[in-house]
Amino acid sequence: MKRVLTLVMALCLGTAVQATEVMKLAVTTSFHNSGLADILVPQIKADLDLEVQLLVVGTGQALKLGRSGDVDAILVHSKAAEERFVAEGFAPHRREIMYNDFVVIGPVADPAGAQGATSARQALQLIAANRADFVSRGDDSGTHKKEQQLWRDAGLDPQGFDGWYKPVGAGMGAALNTAAGLGAYVLADRASWLNFGNRGGLALLFSGDPVLFNQYAFLPVDAGRHPHVQSALAMQLEGWLTSDRAKALINGYEINGETLFTFNAAPKVQ
Amino acid sequence: MNDIWGGLTQAVWLVVTLDAELLEISLRSLQVSVSALIVASLIAMPLAAFLSVKRFRMRRAVIAVLNALMGLPPVVVGLVVYVLLSRSGPLGVLGLLFSPTAMIIAQVIIIVPLIASIAHQSLRDLWQEYHDLLISMNVTQRQKMATLLWDARRALLTAALAGFGRAIGEVGAIMVVGGNIDHATRVLTTAIALETGKGEFALALALGFVLIALAIAINLAIHWLGRTEREGAW
Repeated sequence: MKRVLTLVMALCLGTAVQATEVMKLAVTTSFHNSGLADILVPQIKADLDLEVQLLVVGTGQALKLGRSGDVDAILVHSKAAEERFVAEGFAPHRREIMYNDFVVIGPVADPAGAQGATSARQALQLIAANRADFVSRGDDSGTHKKEQQLWRDAGLDPQGFDGWYKPVGAGMGAALNTAAGLGAYVLADRASWLNFGNRGGLALLFSGDPVLFNQYAFLPVDAGRHPHVQSALAMQLEGWLTSDRAKALINGYEINGETLFTFNAAPKVQ
Repeated sequence: MNDIWGGLTQAVWLVVTLDAELLEISLRSLQVSVSALIVASLIAMPLAAFLSVKRFRMRRAVIAVLNALMGLPPVVVGLVVYVLLSRSGPLGVLGLLFSPTAMIIAQVIIIVPLIASIAHQSLRDLWQEYHDLLISMNVTQRQKMATLLWDARRALLTAALAGFGRAIGEVGAIMVVGGNIDHATRVLTTAIALETGKGEFALALALGFVLIALAIAINLAIHWLGRTEREGAW
């Protein structure tokens, strides 16, 4: 009995022991699905001897994790929510790192005619006017917030939509899977779309409107509020992410010959 | 159908080439679920024996609750453990969130009612048989429980295997408390959820087949070790 107990203790304790230079970074699903993390994380490990553990969640949950001090920093894309996060004192500052863009995905047949739209606003208005099936993330993520904003900019209220508007409450990949299954329209970030394996009858129908640009920012969690947070490591990571080395890797990252991200970090904290 | 076939071939390929990542997440799946199974058994089996031999006022209610908790939704357990272990929660100082230990804790909570309920069922039947004998021998409560547990060991094995099955196939709770961190808390089921999210159905299915094969292998190994389901043993 004693031996069994010792074994159990060893199993439980063994899992709690971790290497010294480890920090937790909450990132959005869209960033992770892009595959850029697989390039950056090993390079960070090589350059800084710092193991960055990624928690892949929606922006809403990432901010929540930061608020409760369960991660050391977050990398998200929802400017208004980020600024509120800083204003409430959970992060000392917000540092812009890079941007990519959102695209409107839909069935190849394009029943709403979104392909011919001249602006994101017009594309959404066409979808709504034709009552074509539209899958919404519905999970309070950065992409979801962006989508809500775009509907409002188009003079429409998502609250008032009925049957054809389907909030699935899931990540980008799951939402794309649903859209593929339904033959529905969906707003996705370009990276997730390019890396998506189950396209079915979907195609990229509209992109390029500047309102679709998607800014990613890095927010270290304030050590004043959560003393256990590894803010020194977070600062180190921020320094690396805004360095020329990161710039070359981010700007040089391509899928099928398409550049995904544009590095735009300012040299110093604004 | 193509995806299923692709998944099967990919599963065979991953196993044959001993893919390093597959090995890592499979071992972690085993480590987490076996640890949870051991801890949960140490709690659930004495509890089941106690409920069989001891008569007290709330016994019926306790058993009913235990039975009902077999259907505990894992994601709710995950959320409760998450809130408790969060840095802003009551146990935050331990810093256990997003570690395999947190995953073990969540799985223990999920499988204890299951193991205890199944174990209690068989111990109760055995107790009816042993009741007069053990009472006449005037043994202590502790000895009664020990006797029941030992003599019902093969039935208890089934209870433990049911618990193990639920633990190794569970994704809702460990996704929330583990966070699916690569090289830290990623296990087979969370990796399957991740690959499904990426639309990589073939790889997700391949991992699923590996998971099923692993569960079968573990069950066979335990039967072999316990010498059950063999000629001459029941």
